[in-house]
Amino acid sequence: MSDIVLILVGTVLVNNFVLVQFLGLCPFLGVSTKIDSALGMSLATTFVLTLSSAASYLIYTYLLVPLEVEFLRTIAFILGIAIAVQFTEMMVRKTSPLLYKVLGIFLPLITTNCAVLGVAHLNLGKAHNFFESLIYGFGAAAGFSLVLILFASLRERLGRADIPAPFQGPAIGMISAGIMALAFMGFGGVTAP
Amino acid sequence: MIHRPSPHRRRARSTQDVMRDVLLALVPGTLVMLWLYGPGVLTNLLLTLIAGVATEAAVMRLRGRAVKPPLRDLSALVASALIGLSLPPLAPFWIPLLAGVLAIGLGKQLFGGLGHNPFNPAMVAYAVLLISFPVAMTTTWVSPTRVPDLLATLGHQFGGADGWSGATPLDRYKDLATRLTQSEIAQDPLFNAGLVMPWALLALAWALGGAFLIWRRATFWHAPAGLILGILLPAGVFGYDGDQFVPASMHLLTGATVFAAFFIVTDPVSGATSPRGRLAFGFGAGVLTWVIRTYGGYPDAIAFAVLLMNLAAPMLDQFTRPRVYGHDAARKGPVLEKRS
Repeated sequence: MSDIVLILVGTVLVNNFVLVQFLGLCPFLGVSTKIDSALGMSLATTFVLTLSSAASYLIYTYLLVPLEVEFLRTIAFILGIAIAVQFTEMMVRKTSPLLYKVLGIFLPLITTNCAVLGVAHLNLGKAHNFFESLIYGFGAAAGFSLVLILFASLRERLGRADIPAPFQGPAIGMISAGIMALAFMGFGGVTAP
Repeated sequence: MIHRPSPHRRRARSTQDVMRDVLLALVPGTLVMLWLYGPGVLTNLLLTLIAGVATEAAVMRLRGRAVKPPLRDLSALVASALIGLSLPPLAPFWIPLLAGVLAIGLGKQLFGGLGHNPFNPAMVAYAVLLISFPVAMTTTWVSPTRVPDLLATLGHQFGGADGWSGATPLDRYKDLATRLTQSEIAQDPLFNAGLVMPWALLALAWALGGAFLIWRRATFWHAPAGLILGILLPAGVFGYDGDQFVPASMHLLTGATVFAAFFIVTDPVSGATSPRGRLAFGFGAGVLTWVIRTYGGYPDAIAFAVLLMNLAAPMLDQFTRPRVYGHDAARKGPVLEKRS
């Protein structure tokens, strides 16, 4: 039980995928201009990340290792992720056409979200078992969602600010993201009691 | 007689009035700090004020705006004074100079100046400096048992002199608690006047200033109450074992807790705006401060906790919108889907 809590706190706050490990920055900057799309993106990414993290574990342990082709893991993981994303896309399209429209190109682009592939590889590096991989993927996605939604609400506020001309748009977004990362560094070194 | 619709109060309080009150409220605490830590407090304050005001004027000139009005509302002075008072008293002179530039430049003007900054300017500067120069920012505190005179202070700040600096009480306690019990820690020379004395006097002075602000209605009680509750609750519930954890009294009375309660989390721009939102803002900052102080690598975590809550403030405002007069109890849940 405490393992699960540790993995969750670790991935959501201490080693946040976006702000500390700098994975998944493109959707973080791309889909954060409106809260609504940020919420949709968070849900879709959470689903894909949890699913693909489990799928990658299964692919590696029950397919690559018995066949002794571990060196193919990156390609195999990408394939697994692409299938998970395709599955999500079909599901979102049927269940919520509006969300499908809002997410637009970013939904298929989850395939190229480096956080997804990163989680699959990190699970391997940390020798997580199936359940731990699942939790790790979910925690990574929860951390991603948390900062994405907070960042979106912040950017909506920045939209009304009188920002100097050279810093308008993406520039102030990057600077705000930098200060966010700075704030998350406060969790650096947070360890179990 | 009354020829205008309500409100009938004539003179709205200007930003300048509020800022002047804040500056006045800082005076008692500054004097106690001067007595506790020596003249380094004043040189820090002077250098940050110069750097802060110069940065504000420079940015205004660069943007082709009038330089005087933003300086006259005193907000640059307040932000610079707050970061100046947060810095360790024996820090080398370029730390307060950088702090003033960062607080006003990065924290405030880059986002459009007064009223637009999503993060607390003073805490942005503090966090940037703490991450960038951890040694200069943590090893230059003064022990009130041995206060340096003017010459020694200037030697530290402008030369390479050393020998007067010491650890902060929170830092020392946490360090010693890894191997000693509470009664043994109390024997440490830093604590020979008690675990919370003389820093409690400083906390009292900040509280005095804070009471003045609340009396003048320059700020509200919600955020300070939230912060203090947010620190004391976990410190009392989980940290009762004084042999392992820093006791709640030290969390409250040493460190920057009371200062932050009345002068940092009460920032009306970067904090939440609704009453419940302010309470939640303070409480969140308090809990995060306790967590980082207890389990994290930084002895005083207020800056990070406040920045993290600044991040959450727009969300808090979304979720704690006050009920519009005449309506039934507010609809539960987020108002998100109502927009667009």
